[in-house]
Amino acid sequence: MQLWLIPVLPLLGFLLNGLFGKRLSKPAINAIAVGSVVMSFLWVVKTLSGLGAFSGGLEETYKEHTYTWIQSGTLNISVDFAIDRLTAVMLMVVTGVGALIHIYAVGYMAHEGGYYRFFAYLNLFMFFMLILVLGANFLLLFVGWEGVGLCSYLLIGFYFLEKFATDAGNKAFIVNRIGDFGFALAIFLVGNHFGTLDFQTVFAQIKTMPVEASAGLFTAISLLLLVGATGKSAQIPLYVWLPDAMAGPTPVSALIHAATMVTAGVYMIARTSQIYLHSPWALDIVAIVGLTTAFVAATIGLAQNDIKKVFAYSTVSQLGYMFVGLGVGAFSAGIFHLMTHAFFKALLFLGAGSVIHACSGEQDMRHMGGLRKYIPITMVTLLCGSLAIAGFPFLSGAASKDLILEAAYEHAPWMYWVGVFTAGMTAFYVFRAFFLTFFGEYKGKPASGHGHDDPGHGSHGSTHESTPHESPAVMWIPLVILAALSLGGGFINIPHFLEPLFPAQEGEPARWLEYVATAAGLAGIGIAYLFYVVSPSLPESLASSFTGLYNLIYNKYFVDEFYDATVVEPVVDGSRQLLWRMADMRVIDGAANGIGTTARGIGGILRRAQSGYIRSYAAWILAGSILAIAYIGFMGAAR
Amino acid sequence: MPFGPLPAAVPPSWYLTLSAILFALGVLGFLLRRNIITVFMSIELMLNAVNLSFVTFSYVLKRVDGHIFSFFVMVVAAAEAAVGLAIILTVFKNRQTLEIDEVSTLKN
Repeated sequence: MQLWLIPVLPLLGFLLNGLFGKRLSKPAINAIAVGSVVMSFLWVVKTLSGLGAFSGGLEETYKEHTYTWIQSGTLNISVDFAIDRLTAVMLMVVTGVGALIHIYAVGYMAHEGGYYRFFAYLNLFMFFMLILVLGANFLLLFVGWEGVGLCSYLLIGFYFLEKFATDAGNKAFIVNRIGDFGFALAIFLVGNHFGTLDFQTVFAQIKTMPVEASAGLFTAISLLLLVGATGKSAQIPLYVWLPDAMAGPTPVSALIHAATMVTAGVYMIARTSQIYLHSPWALDIVAIVGLTTAFVAATIGLAQNDIKKVFAYSTVSQLGYMFVGLGVGAFSAGIFHLMTHAFFKALLFLGAGSVIHACSGEQDMRHMGGLRKYIPITMVTLLCGSLAIAGFPFLSGAASKDLILEAAYEHAPWMYWVGVFTAGMTAFYVFRAFFLTFFGEYKGKPASGHGHDDPGHGSHGSTHESTPHESPAVMWIPLVILAALSLGGGFINIPHFLEPLFPAQEGEPARWLEYVATAAGLAGIGIAYLFYVVSPSLPESLASSFTGLYNLIYNKYFVDEFYDATVVEPVVDGSRQLLWRMADMRVIDGAANGIGTTARGIGGILRRAQSGYIRSYAAWILAGSILAIAYIGFMGAAR
Repeated sequence: MPFGPLPAAVPPSWYLTLSAILFALGVLGFLLRRNIITVFMSIELMLNAVNLSFVTFSYVLKRVDGHIFSFFVMVVAAAEAAVGLAIILTVFKNRQTLEIDEVSTLKN
């Protein structure tokens, strides 16, 4: 089946654009970048249909051996690619949504500098993401995992002349290191106890292991994997990098920080579900982490004014939902939500990008408003996405979110209620963004001021009219496709498709669970309508009557400040005082300088012998030979 | 028979003594004289003193190794004379002196 072609095609695109992009014309760069991803997508479709994934086949894992990578003692790690139904879902999402976003980016990035660099990174990201998804062992998963982290860093800091962008890139990279540390430890534990890193072998061994005796081991591995997942998937306590990651170009936010990379943690937990299922305690922690994240991020989202920040917190919150799904044992529901979220969140981000594009780089929603007259296509598609995420009946978001909430109710009713409340808040803040953007009067600044609030997108400003304008077709066609998927994606029965991997839960959940969740979403939309369309003065009076609470939310619970004070500052200070001034300057530099000084001193003594007078050298030679002869004579006499 | 064994021949130890005296003269000349050419000639003197010992031992031991060695030494000495004289010429050209202690640029 040539599975290796799937990741290698984007890699080729990366190499071509990365090495020769500077000399290529824009159409050539587009053709390489978009073409490689589209071809990869087509190859996925061909492979999956060949394996019968679309017609009820692919119940067993299909695995392909490429080559042996590491052979050391009994440890044998191969570059193996494997497809099962979970991978099939991920492959379709990654390459499908990825291809759409690549097409969109052609329009969005048209006026940006570093065009080829952008697409080279984007293709490299696709390569690593596909390695992550296709890898048949922990190490290959880790390679992809680190690779997407690298690309995320490169693309967040894409506007590297802006300090906040590079800072955000560093933050994402460093916070992810903490998570990856846990992941690496988990891999070591697996390798140590199972002697192999291959998924199938490990999971087969687990099935035969005694549950009670090895519970501690499984809990340790699960929790360490969870640490990795919280980093990559932006869960409490490591979620802080994702909102800042919005410093990158909007297609990057859509592809990496909404649709694909941040879901890698969800995928990883689903992939290692066999381990988690042996540790109910770890699963509970997954659920609680997810639920807390969903709730906290949603509350922060209520008070953000930057349209991308709203969607960033929404992403964190929705990822929390997926973790809840995983944690309560409804793995297929979590993956289902992963897919629908990829559709509607990519749509929301791309739509937001289109709005920003229309407003010539403006990201603050308070300076938008009334845009429905200017950008109708964007508005309709964004409406589809917003309805989907708000849980409007029959749309994709409702289908997957209700499954998660039902499973949460089975597990613990209070989780369900928190989830429903969060769903209401989600609907509220998404529609708050929607109404602020499209309703009311246009509050944009006059022609002179555009583009300055978003330095990242600022280069745009001078080339466009000051009135908002609809995006070109290359941008809105992907929006329309994603809108269709957001509306209809719920009818793709992922839970049924994943049944061979994750058995369905028994029993039909009560109907009222669904109705309550839907009602919460509709209520959220209604309140948003009331607040931001009917009486726009209401939110401000509310905010002023709950100043303390509002400030707490508006400042994101001061978590960044808290981390700065408790982690960042001590590390920086410790590095500066202890590691730099003490360890580096005194100990290491001192040792190096000391050796140098000693050598000089000895040399200073010895060089006195080098008088430059040949006759003195001759005298030394004579003295030496006399000594030598005397010695030989003396020894000879002694013998 | 022009070269018969001489009756009451000079004993080899005399040759060796002569060789030692010549060598000591060479060493003294090297150490005490300041003129480069004299120093150079002292070296030649030492080489030939050694040659004399070689030949003597070769005669005493009835082996040819010593002869061969002394030929080598002569060849080397010839080469050395060629190179050495050239160096001395150049030194004189550049420094207008043959005082050996003046040529001490490589000190320290």
